[in-house]
Amino acid sequence: MIEFEDVTKRYPDGTVAVDKLSLRIPSNQITVFVGPSGCGKTTSLRMINRTIERTSGTISIDGDDINSHDAVTLRRGIGYVIQNAGLFPHKTVVENVATVPKLIGWDKRKAHGTAMELLERVGLDVKLAERYPAQLSGGQQQRVGVARALAADPAIMLMDEPFSAVDPIVRHQLQEELLRLQRDIGKTIVFVTHDIDEAIKLGDNVAVLRVGGKLAQFAPPAELLANPADDFVRGFVGQDRGYRALTFVHPDELPVKPLPDELALQDGVPVGWRNGSEELLPLGAVFKRGDSLRAALDAVLTSPTGCGVCVDDNGKAVGVIDQSTVAEALRS
Amino acid sequence: MSWIGDNLGLIWEQLREHLYLAILPVILGLIISVPLGYVATRYAWLANPLIAFGGILYSLPSIALFIVIPAVLGTKVLSTVNIIVALTIYTVSLLIRNVIDGLRSVPPDVRQSAIAVGYGALHRVVAVDLPIAVPVIFTGLRVVTVANISMVSVGAVIGIGGLGELFTLGFQKDFLTPVVVGVVLSLALALIADVILVTLQRILTPWARVATPVAEVA
Ligand SMILES: Nc1ncnc2c1ncn2[C@@H]1O[C@H](COP(=O)(O)OP(=O)(O)O)[C@@H](O)[C@H]1O
Ligand SMILES: [Mg+2]
Repeated sequence: MIEFEDVTKRYPDGTVAVDKLSLRIPSNQITVFVGPSGCGKTTSLRMINRTIERTSGTISIDGDDINSHDAVTLRRGIGYVIQNAGLFPHKTVVENVATVPKLIGWDKRKAHGTAMELLERVGLDVKLAERYPAQLSGGQQQRVGVARALAADPAIMLMDEPFSAVDPIVRHQLQEELLRLQRDIGKTIVFVTHDIDEAIKLGDNVAVLRVGGKLAQFAPPAELLANPADDFVRGFVGQDRGYRALTFVHPDELPVKPLPDELALQDGVPVGWRNGSEELLPLGAVFKRGDSLRAALDAVLTSPTGCGVCVDDNGKAVGVIDQSTVAEALRS
Repeated sequence: MSWIGDNLGLIWEQLREHLYLAILPVILGLIISVPLGYVATRYAWLANPLIAFGGILYSLPSIALFIVIPAVLGTKVLSTVNIIVALTIYTVSLLIRNVIDGLRSVPPDVRQSAIAVGYGALHRVVAVDLPIAVPVIFTGLRVVTVANISMVSVGAVIGIGGLGELFTLGFQKDFLTPVVVGVVLSLALALIADVILVTLQRILTPWARVATPVAEVA
């Protein structure tokens, strides 16, 4: 557990970036700091590894004041990922990942072996290991950044808007992979973003900060959407928070209807809708059994026929639903 | 031509002296500039005055330095130390700018992650900042090396000047061959030194000439 107690940061120019922040970040979960630009997210995050020193208050990790050890040792035990990955341009991918293991004295073979394992783990082709960062795409660099942060198996990983600079499709993939990775590794992750959707998607807990580094609300995402603490939080989580809240409704079993004749299939995989002409109408989004109600509703709303297609794990169509199915599920 | 054959020993001797007088100051200058440049990036207010002071030093005529240094250091007028000190001053005055620019060329997010992964201050400079500064520092090294090789000859005026002494010899005897030999050899020396530096830089910075990023494959 990382505990902030009355933590204040006043920069030399007088800016109070963080004002008497107190919160508890549970271990082995993802905690997201979210809030508008300039509200003190980065400052709060960087006070944890002491790359920014706080002005007053205490921060402790598992009850141990972070100032009780020297800063360099502290940092080697905390992974850190930033927006543009901040990879070392003069080191190859595998050398970048092996940085911390080497700093803490592992021999080169062990460090590189671990680095290669981690590259696979974050979904990178090991053929890229000998490349330099400039030869990688933004998404790949970001994966290397995550691998580097995890190389020495730290208990804590700090992430500062790590996915903000990549395009939306890659961002979505990176988010999914972080969640998958976290299911395996169960680190204490503190994740900073200004994007409330990202916060809701990734966070086990979300800390909403307002300008001046004041904590507005600390709650699991479903709670945040259902019961915003005040107008600021309500405004920040957005108008369509009702729709977003559907993300957390997972109907066990939506009753699906049989596949209509208009649905065009290829080997059982839906490809579009027939409407009499040569061209198929676009399929729209599909959802899987067990997906959230948000995904199911999205499938209904994006389908040209008003019928959302449900698929199995192999992508084969198993049935369809319509608005009334969703409405029914909501009522129950 | 027979002069060359008769004087191979002398030519070789002057060539060696020339090389020594030109290169030792480059090495000394580098050893002085790097820590100085590092201090100037830590205490940012120092950087601009240092660069300006370097500019002033560099604009001093070399001949004046060669003559003033013995007076200041108390060395003999005919000591090679004078040349080495003078050229080291030139080297530092020029390289300091490149070292500072090179260290400044380290992207802020790279420096930030170097600190965050747990490099100590000195280790970070050696393992991250300086390697990244190599291309910019080498630009200065190449300029200063070629400049030093040509400036050594000026020392001939005070009696120690490597290949420059061949010029003196030629002028005294009103005889062109030694002058031509001196010019050709110092040009060749400059060229070879530059090729060596470029090669060294390529070896030190394989990362600086990599291909453009590949397409996004997630
Ligand atoms: N080094 C600094 N010196 C002075 N003010 C700073 C410095 N870094 C950040 N600030 C100010 O502190 C506030 C919080 O900054 P930051 O923590 O970066 O916010 P966020 O990450 O939420 O955008 C902002 O008003 C910012 O301008
Ligand atoms: Mg920030």
